[in-house]
Formats: sequence, structure tokens, C-alpha cells
Amino acid sequence: MSETWIHIIMVVLILLVLLTIAAGLIYVERRMLAVWQDRYGPNRTGPFGLLQVLADMVKIFFKEDWIPPFADKKVFIIAPTIVMMAVLMSFAVIPFTPHIGVVDLNIGVLFFLAMSSMGAYSVVLAGWSSNNKYSLLGGIRGSAQMISYEVFMGLSLMGVVILAGSFNLRDIVEAQRKIWFFIPQIVGFIIFFLAGLAETHRLPFDIPEAESELIAGYHSEYSGMKFGMFFVGEYLGITLISALVTTLYFGGWLGPHFLPPIVWFLIKMFAFILLFILIRATLPRPRYDQLMSLGWKVLLPLALLNLLVTGAVVLYWHL
Amino acid sequence: MISHLRSLWLVFKHMFHKRETVQYPEEKPYLPPRWRGRIVLTRDPDGMERCVACYLCAAACPVDCISLQATEDENGRRYPEFFRINFSRCIFCGYCEDACPTYAIQLIPDFEMAEYDRQNLVYEKEHLLISGQGKYHGYNFYRVAGVDAGVKAKGAGEKEREPVDVRKLLP
Amino acid sequence: MNIIFYISAIIAVYCTLKAVLNKHAVHALLYLIVSLLAVAVIFFILGAPFLAALEVIIYAGAIMVLFVFVVMMLNRGEAAVQQEKAWLQFRTWIWPAVFVLLLFAEWLYILFHPSIGAGPAVQPQAISPQQVGEALFTRYLLGVEMAAMLLMAGIIGAYHIGKQKQRTYHRYLEEENRLQTPVSKHQTSELI
Repeated sequence: MSETWIHIIMVVLILLVLLTIAAGLIYVERRMLAVWQDRYGPNRTGPFGLLQVLADMVKIFFKEDWIPPFADKKVFIIAPTIVMMAVLMSFAVIPFTPHIGVVDLNIGVLFFLAMSSMGAYSVVLAGWSSNNKYSLLGGIRGSAQMISYEVFMGLSLMGVVILAGSFNLRDIVEAQRKIWFFIPQIVGFIIFFLAGLAETHRLPFDIPEAESELIAGYHSEYSGMKFGMFFVGEYLGITLISALVTTLYFGGWLGPHFLPPIVWFLIKMFAFILLFILIRATLPRPRYDQLMSLGWKVLLPLALLNLLVTGAVVLYWHL
Repeated sequence: MISHLRSLWLVFKHMFHKRETVQYPEEKPYLPPRWRGRIVLTRDPDGMERCVACYLCAAACPVDCISLQATEDENGRRYPEFFRINFSRCIFCGYCEDACPTYAIQLIPDFEMAEYDRQNLVYEKEHLLISGQGKYHGYNFYRVAGVDAGVKAKGAGEKEREPVDVRKLLP
Repeated sequence: MNIIFYISAIIAVYCTLKAVLNKHAVHALLYLIVSLLAVAVIFFILGAPFLAALEVIIYAGAIMVLFVFVVMMLNRGEAAVQQEKAWLQFRTWIWPAVFVLLLFAEWLYILFHPSIGAGPAVQPQAISPQQVGEALFTRYLLGVEMAAMLLMAGIIGAYHIGKQKQRTYHRYLEEENRLQTPVSKHQTSELI
């Protein structure tokens, strides 16, 4: 019984920490974007502007939560919850350390893929239920983008799965004791990272919500905490992709012994979160057809080739 | 791909550059003396109003934010009965300063005039008048003008000839 | 485990019924997705986690998104709901209901006479992804190859549809094309 309680407490703690990280990322992102653009960013509220998160939260909670009369009310309410749930469920399979993690699922990688494919619904349904041209366009773009990038995401992951011989994320981390997988799987890593960018619709690929064309895309009609769910969901998505990249390609909690495993994991994860933000600060948004042709004409053949070569090498040398 | 990585690196290097932001309330920017900010009405060295209510500033104003009414005192000196500038319309173009023949209306380097109530942005003469001479020291219109408005007698000004008596203008 | 099974089974049945009965196309599709998810949970409990994950990824994730996508694009609105209402009458219900009842009766009969069916119920045992893969590429190799052929046909068809000669959509551009007789392929694509 006590073990169950410890597990429950750990799950709740992980949830709290994740939500805190996601909320904190709002501040981190603004601050880092400013730093890379020779500005200061938010630095007025509290020391170093740290209370900005609190101010943003208070603001977003007290905004009017408006449901447009022309919207499909039920679906409109469900849509933002889906993104939060899908992303938070994906965190269940991530092993933060050998002992910290929600479940030790045998099909961890597939579970993540399943959940991320659920995430596409929030974009589609939000775009459709808003009953607004811009939202609909955003939803259509988002769904097409997410479905196609899921394909390459899955395929690029398979190289790692072949090398580790398991879908279990813990086994994958353990298999990286000799060498981190980003060295043999450099192509897979790049494809996975790009697909992760598209999957979370982060800035170079934020075509579903491109504000210069679509106002705010699929969440144009959302306000208050419903918008906040999309917002926090996006940051949770960044955290998720960073955590996965860390787990799959950069040896998860592994690292020299002078730091505890969880610290190694967090260091690596935050490095990738910062990379996400740096990419946002740097790269302009491609056109929609450019994004799709990059996916289908470059990434898909590359991912397949990577998979074939990895499989052949593993078969030949019996790794 | 290489160019993308290069631009990532270049942006990353900006972390160590100098910030462009001026931390405004603590760190004031340098404003040159002729910076066009808040509009004031100045006084001449004697402490009298310079404005002669000629309406040129109101005519020059592209957004019609200046309104005034001329009147005269017992000596025949013109001055504005009221002088009103609506700063919610003013665009700080400085045309009024250019148009002013007596250096009365001047723009000074002050821009911190935000208000919570828009009505408070309408400045009356008592708000606009300052006790100094502004940018042009020592200039006193009624001292060089050819009229007698209580400052000097007609023709008593420096570099000013006695008025010609038209009745004795016979050859 | 039993409780979870019954809960998800009830959800699956209810949502499937709602998917059939719902007059709003998108809502019906959403119910269908929920039903697929419930079925995935049942698969998981029965010891086929790999199948459960694939069910969610492929059916609930990819295929249903495309369905929703198409329905969204058509966006029929209130008229479609009215039409659906007109079609969903008792008269149309009778025969499907009779057939379903027959099937249900057969199923019950098999359930209570194990000798006719497949014998005693097999104990659920976990099937690893590896086993699934081995089965697919040894015992069911022919089926996999045929499915691959079918998918290939689909891909070729999609390519053919997508390959159709693109037209210029603006009369000025058409005019221009007619004037300069030898239009290179590159130019046309630039114009579009």
C-alpha cells in the first residue's frame, strides 16, 4: 500500500513540476528571445522579472472566457483540453531517472506516437468548431502538417528502436551506456527534431497559427483560460519533445557521476528547450507548400533510408 | 542547412552583444536642446507675456490643436485672453514655433505628459506659460516693435527713428 | 481488470450507437473516435499493447483525422442535419435491427454452448511487438505483401490525381501563355 502511495505522490509531483516548467517557459522564452535580439525582455515584475509568470497567469485567469455564439459549443470546449491531455499523457512514459517516472510501459515509444496523433485533434476541432474562416484554415493546415510529420517522426524513431531492440524508453536509455544514439543516428535525430518542431507547431513551422496570414489560426476565437490551455499545451509540447530527444538520442539520465541522474536529465532537456527558442529567434517561417514538400520529398526518403541502413547494419554485424 | 546553422550561431552570439534597450524611467535618453516636445509660452525679459495673439500658430497648426482669443490691455498691448492647446491632438511638428513672430510659443525637450484622463491633456494658458524666456534670451518684441504698448514710447526703441509726422511731410 | 474492461466496453458500445444515431456528422465522427479509443483500451487489457497502440495511431489518429478533415471541408451545416433527420426514421431501422438481433442471438448461442464455438476461452496473454512482427513476416507474409500492393495502388492513384496538368487560373496569364507559343514547363509552374 505504501508503495502505491509513494507512486501516486510521485505522479502528482511530476505533474506539478511539469506544469511549473511549462508556465516558467513563458518567461524563459520571452527573456531568451529578448537576449538574442539585443533587448532585455520582461524585467520589471519582481527580481529579474520572474514574477511575470504570475502576472501572466493572473491576467489569463481573469480574462473573459468567451464562447462565440456561432461556435459549436461542445466541441469548442473540448478542443483545448485534448491538447493538454495528450501531451501530459505522453509524459507518462518518459523515464526521468531509473526510479522517477510514471509508468514503465513496454510500448513507450508507440504510446508517445499515439498520444501525439491525438494532439492533432485539438487543432482540427478547435479550427472547425470556431466557425471562422481563419480558424478553419489554421485547423486544416495544422492537421495536414501534423499527420504528415507524424509519419517521419515515427520512422525516424524506428532507427533508435532497432538499435536498442525495444520500444521501452528505459531500455533505450540503458542501451546508450556505450554510445549516445545521436552519433549513429544523426540523420534520425535531425529528422526527429524537425518533426518535433512541426508537431508542436513551433515558430519556423507555426503555419497553423501564422499571425501574419491567419490572425492566430486555429485559436483565433479562444480567450481566457481556454486560450491558456493551448498556450501552456504548446510549452508542454516543447518540454515533451526536448525530454524525448534527451531520452532517445542523448542518453537520458546517463552522465558522469558527479551529478545525480535527474540533474543530467534536466540539463539536457533545458539545453534542447533553449535550442527550440533559439530556432524561433532565428529562422523565418517557410511557405506552407515548402513545408509539405520538405516533409514528403526530403524527410520521408531520408527517414526510410536511415531506417534501411540501420536495419542492414544491425543485421550484418548482429549488434 | 549550413546557412541555417550559421544564422543560428550568429543569433546565438547576440547574447553577448550590448543591449539596445534604454531602461527608460531610470535611464533617461539624451534629448538635444532643440528637441520638439511639450509646447510652452515664454515671457520676455521684463516678465511679460511674449504672445501677441496673432493667430499665426493656430493657422499653421496642421491638426488645429491651438485655439486662442486676442485681447488688449489698457496700453494697447495685445495678448491672448485664453490660449488653449489640446495635446491629445498635437503632433509636435513645431510649425507653431516656426510661425511665431515673437518667439512666444516654443517646444521644449519634455515628453512625459501622459494622463489617465484625456480631458487633462487640454492645457490652458496658465499651464502653458512659464516664467522664463525659453530658448531665445533677451528678446523683447515690444521693445523693437514700432508701437507704443506701455513698454516704450513710440520711436524710443533702439535703432528706431522718431515717427514721421505725416502732417509735416511737405517738401 | 474486469471493471476496466466493462467500463470501456460500455463506453465503446454507447459511443458506437451515438455515432450511428447522431445527426451531426462531425459529432458522430467524434463519437466514433472515442469508441475506437475504448476498443484500444480493451485490446490493451487483453494483452495486445502493440495492437492497442497501432489502433490509436492509425485508426483514431490518422484515418479518423482524415475523415474529420473531409467532413470539415464539406461543412454542410444545418441543411445536412435536417436531411439526416429525415432519413433516420423508424422505417429504415427495422431491417438492420432485425439482422443485428439475429447476429446477437447467434452470438449468445455460441457463448453458452462452448462445444460449438472455439472451445474454452483462451487466457489472455501478453503479445510483444516482436511476436507480432514475426507472425506478420512469416505466417502472414502473403497478406502483408497483398496489403502492400494495395497501398502501392493507392499511392500510384494519388500520384496520378496529383500529377494532372496544372491550369493557369487567371485569364491574363492564359493570354500570356497563348502569345508566347513555346512555353517551357518551368515557366508555367512559375506563373502558377
